[in-house]
Amino acid sequence: MTDNVKITTKDLNMYYDAFHALKAINISVEEKQITALIGPSGCGKSTFLRVLNRMNDLIAETTVKGNVLIDGEDIYGPKVDVVELRKQVGMVFQKPNPFPKSIYDNVAYGPRIHGLKDKKQLDELVEKSLRQAALWEEVKNRLTSPALGLSGGQQQRLCIARLLAVEPDVLLMDEPTSALDPISTMKIEELVKTLKERYTIVIVTHNMQQAARISDETAFFLNGEVIEFNKTEKMFTNPTDQRTEDYITGRFG
Amino acid sequence: MSADRTFHADLRELQQEILRMGSMVEEAIDLSVTALKDQDANLAQRVREGDEAIDDLELLIEDRCVKLIATQQPMAKDLRRISVAFKIITDLERMADYANDIAKATLIIAQEPLIKPLIDIPRMAKLTQEMVKTSLDSYVNEDIELAMSLAEADDEVDNLHSQVLRELLTYMMEDPKTIRQATHLSFVSRYLERISDHATNIGERVIYMVTGRRTDLN
Repeated sequence: MTDNVKITTKDLNMYYDAFHALKAINISVEEKQITALIGPSGCGKSTFLRVLNRMNDLIAETTVKGNVLIDGEDIYGPKVDVVELRKQVGMVFQKPNPFPKSIYDNVAYGPRIHGLKDKKQLDELVEKSLRQAALWEEVKNRLTSPALGLSGGQQQRLCIARLLAVEPDVLLMDEPTSALDPISTMKIEELVKTLKERYTIVIVTHNMQQAARISDETAFFLNGEVIEFNKTEKMFTNPTDQRTEDYITGRFG
Repeated sequence: MSADRTFHADLRELQQEILRMGSMVEEAIDLSVTALKDQDANLAQRVREGDEAIDDLELLIEDRCVKLIATQQPMAKDLRRISVAFKIITDLERMADYANDIAKATLIIAQEPLIKPLIDIPRMAKLTQEMVKTSLDSYVNEDIELAMSLAEADDEVDNLHSQVLRELLTYMMEDPKTIRQATHLSFVSRYLERISDHATNIGERVIYMVTGRRTDLN
């Protein structure tokens, strides 16, 4: 267990127009740990995730109050370059969304946008990213094939490789396995666990068992509030708050 | 979907803890009977004091099992591996209690000369220690044959137990002054016989874990 805090929120409040979606969130996410966000639909967990790389900026009428510090820097500060931020804090979505390009071009896309042209360097980066995403062995002989020809699970790993290629240090995952079969889900889970050696990972999941399996810490969201933020082990064997207990034992939600 | 590497590493660690508890129990049996044979009150006292560590380890392993079930949702054989671990540690803890009871009996009779040299009781102790080891080996290696072999060892211990009781009865009939000590010695024999039964329980669980079938080794 590291004691290095990567992300801190201070009195974070977020509104969609008049709707108060996040209420005074104060949490600290540890570096190189997996933090799971759980809670019923509409509780704010995905909203919270999207605040962490300012994805909500794309939605009109949203207001963020309070601070979100990553490595001590307020990401809502006036000098923050949002493109750089999203490079540092990458996101994987519910459904795999590869570009309609080749496998290679998908992974090379980010680095190219950021100005990398050298073929050899690109090749190396593509291989390294695919290896880290545990996909290299399956695709190394067909890098020029269309990415959309891969299975759902492979596509999701490709999206992770695409993310890794821009060398982020925080990975945000929004239900990354909800569209996948059990075997692909297991592969992604294993992958996520290996990725925590290098990256700080925050994962939203509707699947509580998944949170229990893979995360180090878990935050339980309810109606825009964090009810409990605890070690995963503790959370699932002996939670502190009755509402957490009720939720994880299926008594509501 | 818990069959991944970290889970299996956790399971191996769990097994190591169980083995550790097992060797502590073996040692407790060994020392308790050595103390009895040598009339060594200090050694008996040490066995009594060691019991706490075994109880603590049981709780630690139990917590580990609970954590694994809560976080890994094991299925099929993995689930049986953990449910069996729960049962095994209860058996081990009971065995340690019997070793402790033997130590208590030793403390009661340590100040008086033994009515006879102890031969069969140490033999029973040796057999039961081996059974504890065999039962845990069969658990770790998932070896059904080995688990089955406990039935025979248990018969041997049962026979020795009857033999010890018969022999102690003759002493008691001959001389009522031996009754107090002979009663304690027959308790000791009974405790060892019970330890052997707990070892066969473990064997039965192992067979269940591997095959999903229930058997009776007693």
